[in-house]
Amino acid sequence: MNRIQQALQQDKKLLSIYFTAGFPKLDDTVTVIQELENSGADMIEIGLPFSDPLADGPTIQESSTDALKNGITTARLFDQLEGIRDTVSIPLIMMGYFNPMMQYGMEDFCKRCSELGIDGLIIPDLPLREFELEYKAIFEKYGLDMVFLITPQTSEARIREIDAASNSFIYMVSTASTTGAQSGFGSETTAYFDRIANMNLKSECIVGFGISSEETFTAATHKAKGAIIGSAFIKMLREKGTAGIGAFMKGIRPD
Amino acid sequence: MNYNVDVHGYYGDFGGAFIPEMLYPNVEELRQNYIQIASDPAFQEEFHALLKDYVGRPTPLYFAKRFSEHYGCKVYLKREDLCHTGAHKVNNTIGQILMAKRLGKKRIIAETGAGQHGVATATVCALMGMECIVYMGAIDIKRQAPNVARMKMLGAKVVPAESGSKTLKDATNEAIRDWINNPVDTHYIIGSVVGPHPYPDMVARFQAVISQEIKWQLQEKEGRENPDYVVACVGGGSNAAGAYYEYLNTPEVGLIAVEAAGKGVNTGESAATSQLGKSGIIHGSKTLLMQTEDGQITEPYSISAGLDYPGIGPMHAHLYASGRAEFISITDKAAMEAGLLLSQLEGIIPAIETSHAFAIFEERKFKADDIVVVNLSGRGDKDLNTYIEYFKL
Repeated sequence: MNRIQQALQQDKKLLSIYFTAGFPKLDDTVTVIQELENSGADMIEIGLPFSDPLADGPTIQESSTDALKNGITTARLFDQLEGIRDTVSIPLIMMGYFNPMMQYGMEDFCKRCSELGIDGLIIPDLPLREFELEYKAIFEKYGLDMVFLITPQTSEARIREIDAASNSFIYMVSTASTTGAQSGFGSETTAYFDRIANMNLKSECIVGFGISSEETFTAATHKAKGAIIGSAFIKMLREKGTAGIGAFMKGIRPD
Repeated sequence: MNYNVDVHGYYGDFGGAFIPEMLYPNVEELRQNYIQIASDPAFQEEFHALLKDYVGRPTPLYFAKRFSEHYGCKVYLKREDLCHTGAHKVNNTIGQILMAKRLGKKRIIAETGAGQHGVATATVCALMGMECIVYMGAIDIKRQAPNVARMKMLGAKVVPAESGSKTLKDATNEAIRDWINNPVDTHYIIGSVVGPHPYPDMVARFQAVISQEIKWQLQEKEGRENPDYVVACVGGGSNAAGAYYEYLNTPEVGLIAVEAAGKGVNTGESAATSQLGKSGIIHGSKTLLMQTEDGQITEPYSISAGLDYPGIGPMHAHLYASGRAEFISITDKAAMEAGLLLSQLEGIIPAIETSHAFAIFEERKFKADDIVVVNLSGRGDKDLNTYIEYFKL
């Protein structure tokens, strides 16, 4: 059983944090990961910056632009992550757009991830069909999970298809939007959470997009297994740097 | 080999729909319906009636006598510059607005670089009484003030794209983000044969009217449907796709694609994607793409704002990779001089994009009886300032 599966079997709601590698400073990557584990994160998504992040709102876009200006590259990120498993034991997932991975070479990319102890990948713009035809075998060879997304507009048939294809959790996008904090979830979103919960999928669902506070975390995880915070965390990092991580995490999960 | 799109949205190794799941329902709705809607006789009737009475089609196929004599071959000009709004772009926006209406959409979004596609979109939205939002790079808004004013006068809202390099690719990113945020009531009218399947094919089909007309017009003038060559400039590649479309699978017709070399292919300031690009993903499509070794998309350069896109349509990537089309890169300087030459030989001031296509005659020699059709994709009014500055007129 891999680290993601182990985490999903814990009897608690999982708090997962997304951050952009190489931000706010180039060499903050490892510090952010260690601080997150120390302050109670259950899972981490390491964002591989891209020049044209289509699915992201302004906060993550700007952090990617800054990280690229700082000089982050795929190869440099892998160098930073060398030895990460000596100090960090929670699941680590690499999240990024497909083009930089494609240029690195998907097999080399997966091999390197596996060597470093990365547990899975989220690639928002790699469609299910292309994944299954071209890359699934590589993921299996290197023991990596592939995490698929669903949204409030995803049809039931497609959710079933994705659930069947998934060997990990499903990333449940909370609302029809790009990434970014929202003040709360409306009744439509709550109805969507209920609808998915009632589908009895084999995969656990973790909610992302629009989660920024204890309230939104609690609301998102009422039915789902966990929730992911991205933009709100990036915003905090921009203001306070890595020193602010402990207080931020306490704010989300006080106990 | 077949050069049309396959059932999965690929042209050879290129194309597909590399989109986040948030866009899947919108794109899938379009994919499932576009062929059926566009081939419905009532749709075709409305489309062609508007092309005739509103756009001014058919555009003439004009024998350029003096230009032909100058270069020693038979050159015909397909006069897309005479379309309403001044370029071929409107063929596509007419088709897509009718598509949007039939899909029950209420709100139209578009991206624009130089503003030509934005104007063509704003125009058809005014015509149909639909809400129109055009994303345009903040830098382009400054550079292209007259087109911004035209869009506003037509009732469109012009939203500056402040992300990334603040030009066409970023405007496209912003339009896609808008679509993610408005998945139900909005149709995205993309301006070229780029983006996720089915866009490249849908846009090519709407622009195909160009080559459909060339066929019967050339038959009338020369007693044959097929020229020896069709020449068109390629940024994203919609005018070229339209001019090639009916000839894609007719190997005896040579296809020549003209890219912008900018200050020179190897100067670092160029938009010659076929020469400088590698296979990659941009705006949901796998195609040739200018990028860093690390897979970050780079900003191209050309004197013509309509050619500085870091990718090319997947159809063109396939035409390049398969050798079906000949690709030629033309510098700013050669393009500007060709624009001036055409103006003075034929009394037609072309858009700078189109000027690139005319510059190939300096280096690419044709036989005396070769019939060469150049797609005169747009008129030069929008570029007068650039011509004035360049030639100190």
